[in-house]
Amino acid sequence: MYRYDQYDQAIVDARVAEFKDQVGRRLRNEITEDQFKPLRLMNGLYLQLHAYMLRVAIPYGTLSGTQMRMLAHIARTYDRDYGHFTTRQNIQYNWIKLEQFSDLLDDLSKVEMHAFQTSGNCIRNISSDQFAGAAADEIADPRPYAELLRQWSTLHPEFSFLPRKFKIAVIASDSDRAAIQLHDIGLQLYRNAAGMPGFRVYVGGGMGRTPIIGKVVREFIPVGQFLSYSEAILRVYNRHGRRDNIYKARIKILVTELGIEEFTRQVEAEWATLEPLGLDAPQAEYDRIIAQFADPAYEIGAPDTIDLSDPDFKLWVDQNVHAHKQPGYAITTISLKPKSGIPGDASSAQMDVIADLAEKYAHDEIRVTHSQNLVLAHVRKADLYAVWQVLAAADLATPNLDLVTDIIACPGMDYCTLANARSIPIAQKIAAKFENSISEQRDIGELKIKVSGCINGCGHHHAGHIGILGVDKKGEEAYQLLLGGSGAEDASLAKILGPGFDENGIVDAVDKLIAFYRSARSAPTERFLDTYRRLGAAPFKEAVYA
Amino acid sequence: MRDNQDQIAVSGAPSPALDDTPARLRFRDDAPFESPIAPLADFLAGGNFAAVRIEPGEDARELVPHFDRLKLVEIAFPKFRDGRGYSSAAVLRQAGFTGEIRAAGDVLVDQIGFMRRVGFDSFAPNKPLDPKVVKATLDRYPYVYMKAADGKVPVWALRHG
Repeated sequence: MYRYDQYDQAIVDARVAEFKDQVGRRLRNEITEDQFKPLRLMNGLYLQLHAYMLRVAIPYGTLSGTQMRMLAHIARTYDRDYGHFTTRQNIQYNWIKLEQFSDLLDDLSKVEMHAFQTSGNCIRNISSDQFAGAAADEIADPRPYAELLRQWSTLHPEFSFLPRKFKIAVIASDSDRAAIQLHDIGLQLYRNAAGMPGFRVYVGGGMGRTPIIGKVVREFIPVGQFLSYSEAILRVYNRHGRRDNIYKARIKILVTELGIEEFTRQVEAEWATLEPLGLDAPQAEYDRIIAQFADPAYEIGAPDTIDLSDPDFKLWVDQNVHAHKQPGYAITTISLKPKSGIPGDASSAQMDVIADLAEKYAHDEIRVTHSQNLVLAHVRKADLYAVWQVLAAADLATPNLDLVTDIIACPGMDYCTLANARSIPIAQKIAAKFENSISEQRDIGELKIKVSGCINGCGHHHAGHIGILGVDKKGEEAYQLLLGGSGAEDASLAKILGPGFDENGIVDAVDKLIAFYRSARSAPTERFLDTYRRLGAAPFKEAVYA
Repeated sequence: MRDNQDQIAVSGAPSPALDDTPARLRFRDDAPFESPIAPLADFLAGGNFAAVRIEPGEDARELVPHFDRLKLVEIAFPKFRDGRGYSSAAVLRQAGFTGEIRAAGDVLVDQIGFMRRVGFDSFAPNKPLDPKVVKATLDRYPYVYMKAADGKVPVWALRHG
């Protein structure tokens, strides 16, 4: 994985010093709270319902054991002994005290971490495929390009006061595990007919209050020019994106209002002026970064079989382990959705366990997934049983990846100032109906339930096979039910099924939907989403509301 | 004659603020140009102006054919959060404008590092900036990641220089 050199470290150190200075000037009242707010947001610091919330950047969701151990230290020292992994592959702490903040930043910078641009109207943390570098279906590791984007977007002088936040995701396979079509810019690395690597560039996707699937602004941009092309897209957005209404300020609205043809014309015209300026990093820099993502030293001839005689272990392997490109190795997903748990939460002790496992068994690499789980990407098949035993002892081996209890939920009204309703208890109540029977969950099959506590959609309800949206109904928490969304390569937006429910009503409705699906699917292998797509909404609606 | 409202940069460091307002910061060696600043529409209508003001939402590219008669472009920041002016300055510099580009209005000290990078070389903030903080801010970063109008060498070039 990428390691800082003297330049990266110097920039991070300067950024930390700058923010400490800004905090000091705020505390001395030299700047107003209104002026301070965008500064602290660009350093990941939100003021939430109960305390400051800090969002630490995990670039493209990749971190080392040492970094994970530091996240555990921060949870123990500055928070209430846990952290919350987010849908942008970052981690949030919910109980930060401002007076301890500068010590915390110093701790992070010791392990090449920071909280820059995890909030605010700037280019946010770049996200990517959690199986990058290990997936058999990728044409190359997408993370070097995410790192190039990270550097290009860090403290970008022209794009630090955008109309609104800006999110970029990069993948390198046809399977989309990073929801690129629901990003402001989504980049898919592929080889064109001539065998040249380049990106298909999607623009204007997003969720929130106006969900839109991204459109292709360019079918192919050579890898060597994608930074200047990104600069052209940002230039058009910064100049022409709406600033009169915060709810219409994302690039998706600009693309929609201009139409993709006119938007494309403007981007191409801008790029024609930018491309000759030499904004793109040279091949030597690509090579330097790509070298840091080289394959780990795999053991050649590692046994390619797994002893599955322990039935509980077999269940976990069947559900949470994926094929690796290297014979003898496997990709394992650590579920952060245990029984009665809070989706995405991990205790400091659990983080330490995962750090140890990464160092001992997984080439010192951990990934965060946008579904709020963790991944050890390079585990020898011969070590899987040992890894599983350690995970199971720490309540980290729930074999429920992509099943009904693997629910995405935003923090909701338990933490967030924006929320209209609680998300976590809804996720817990739905999970409680199924969590005692893994075999029943496996019979239901892949089912992605996503819960947001307000229309901003941090819980990705628009992309849920079943999406749940918390709303405020005359002072009461209420929940809308949506069906048919997908954040994968078959991206689609979920549609509202009918009238909303109260807390118990929404849980019962999900139960009825699942019961109907099981009776109506054409075969046990047909997913909930596929049954919905085949039959349409009407019979599901009848099953819930009749 | 230099306008004593201006603070002339000496070795990159601005001189102390004077009492007159609006206090200005200037990072140019040529004499400050003081004459009426025309709104963009008036300027384009052909008046005999050498200075023009660009509001957010106005297209700085319309000035490109007129660089030879322009000494100063003042870019308005009615609200510091509105970042369109950064692109206006970048567009002008990339098109080859070498005259003065001034940021005027709600210009805060924590923005001027970015503003210098995209090509602003003078500042007329509504509220005077503390010269010590200005200097600390502009001296903060030893390196930059990306090219911009200030000509600083990005780290990818230093790495492979």
